[in-house]
Amino acid sequence: MVAAGCGGTGRELEPFSGPDGLAGLDFVTRSLTLDPRAGGAGPRLVEVPGGLVNAVGLPNPGLEHFLATELPWLVRAGARVLVSIAGATMGEYADLARRLSRAPGVAGLEVNVGAPDEVGAGLFEVREPYHAASVIAAVRREFPSDRPVLAKLRPDVSRIVEGARSCHEAGATAVVVGNAVPAAFPDGRAGGLSGPAVGPVALRCVAEVHRSLPAMPVIACGGVRDLASARTYLAAGATAVQVGTALLHDPTTVARLRADLAADPQEDA
Amino acid sequence: MPVAEVRTPVHVEGEVVVTKRVGAHRHLTLTAPGVPERFRAGNFVAVSVPGHVARRALWIHRVRASSAFGPTLDVVLEPRGEGTSWLAAQPVGAKVAITGPLGRAFALPKDAVSCLLVGEGYAAAPLFPLAERLRERGCAVSLVVSATDESHLLSALEARRAVRSVTVVTADGSVGQRGQVADHVDDLLRRAGADVVYAAGPTDVLRACAAAAERAGAWSQVALESPTPCGTGLCHGCPLPVAGEDGVDRVVRACTEGPVIRGDRVRWDAL
Ligand SMILES: Cc1cc2nc3c(=O)[nH]c(=O)nc-3n(C[C@H](O)[C@H](O)[C@H](O)COP(=O)(O)O)c2cc1C
Repeated sequence: MVAAGCGGTGRELEPFSGPDGLAGLDFVTRSLTLDPRAGGAGPRLVEVPGGLVNAVGLPNPGLEHFLATELPWLVRAGARVLVSIAGATMGEYADLARRLSRAPGVAGLEVNVGAPDEVGAGLFEVREPYHAASVIAAVRREFPSDRPVLAKLRPDVSRIVEGARSCHEAGATAVVVGNAVPAAFPDGRAGGLSGPAVGPVALRCVAEVHRSLPAMPVIACGGVRDLASARTYLAAGATAVQVGTALLHDPTTVARLRADLAADPQEDA
Repeated sequence: MPVAEVRTPVHVEGEVVVTKRVGAHRHLTLTAPGVPERFRAGNFVAVSVPGHVARRALWIHRVRASSAFGPTLDVVLEPRGEGTSWLAAQPVGAKVAITGPLGRAFALPKDAVSCLLVGEGYAAAPLFPLAERLRERGCAVSLVVSATDESHLLSALEARRAVRSVTVVTADGSVGQRGQVADHVDDLLRRAGADVVYAAGPTDVLRACAAAAERAGAWSQVALESPTPCGTGLCHGCPLPVAGEDGVDRVVRACTEGPVIRGDRVRWDAL
């Protein structure tokens, strides 16, 4: 799967996606908000050993524009579109879910309830697992039950099992374990760390969630860049993996990984 | 094949085939299968540096359709950070992951108009292939190359057959006229009778050129050099504030909606 915010609008990724392009690929959009957001001021990303610190600020054209332009393109390209949503209030999440439930071609939703600095980004605060769960419940009520709602959680090992359980009970089809890890830029500005450096952190969280809740599907996200890093998560109990930062380094990563997994089919990813 | 299809970028393993020190710069010639063939002036490549997640964006200075090594492209490096220093140190035969060509190219005028090309330092690189395209269209091209000093100046020798005049400006006066581009650009624009100004270099140079074009009622296109963490449009990490055609202010991606953009669309104060 393509992780939220790391596949552009899809068009920029397509040239690097092999002969089938985006066809059949699980594509999570960047997080969409009801209203357009310009994103943060620069510098938005800085390189650190083993990864990137980002404070991109969820730039997106707003739901209306997305539905009119980006979604139809993604659907035509054959992608399985999972729309990532973010809101400042529970009502906004519900509104997004309701309107997306009527949009043709939306395969499912991914609810961003684990941004590295949600308060700084003006999003609903999800410090406690029940905060995240109440957002999931609000989304689930508005979105058809035959289509998945994924809860994307922050890889915080002290809260992740509780968070995953609450979200699952609130109706999440699966949890995405892993997001950029709360971090700071060299000047102290809040941001999120991603890339290979966060792999072991997310792996610990995936393993704990799977051990405690073996029946719940877990999608791993953090530092996936090749077959070996993907297999590590699958071995720890993940049912699928998402690729984010690696695409920024090598835009062919997902195409390569899909081919490698298909050539070496131990489990379904 | 439709043009759009031919122009889509590729991600390939390239190889250093020539490396040459010229003043303070290092010129590399690389193979990168598919990239030279798709190139248009103003495009750049993103290059991987081992141990680094972010890519390094480099202007394409020149392409050759055929050579002893097959199609090649040239880049000009001024070693500053770890990435450019690593690249500049690569010997012939070194393998490099290259993505390109990326970004919007310079738009070419339909008619044989008069053009002023202004470039500073290594960033003047994309103006050389542009000069050739313009000459092919019968445009009168005046080229201005500037730098802090002679060692940071891109040699205009190779461009001489494509251009009508070359002006050199250095901050220290080591060659050509002394001063900054901003001091000379209005005068140069008037003397060239330019209808279009193309600029490549640091932001202050681009801004001065865009402003001079505005004053003279000419068009301008500027090749912006913002740090582009991925170069491909995926990360949204290179915000470029612009005024839309509809008058609405927006923030676009410098790597995708740029790096070449009309000078009058850039919101310079918000950069
Ligand atoms: C530039 C950038 C933008 C991102 N944007 C979003 C976003 O809009 N929504 C979201 O839920 N996660 C976003 N993320 C987090 C990634 O989707 C991913 O969860 C995180 O980077 C960890 O995975 P990775 O190590 O494979 O990148 C972003 C990450 C990066 C680097």
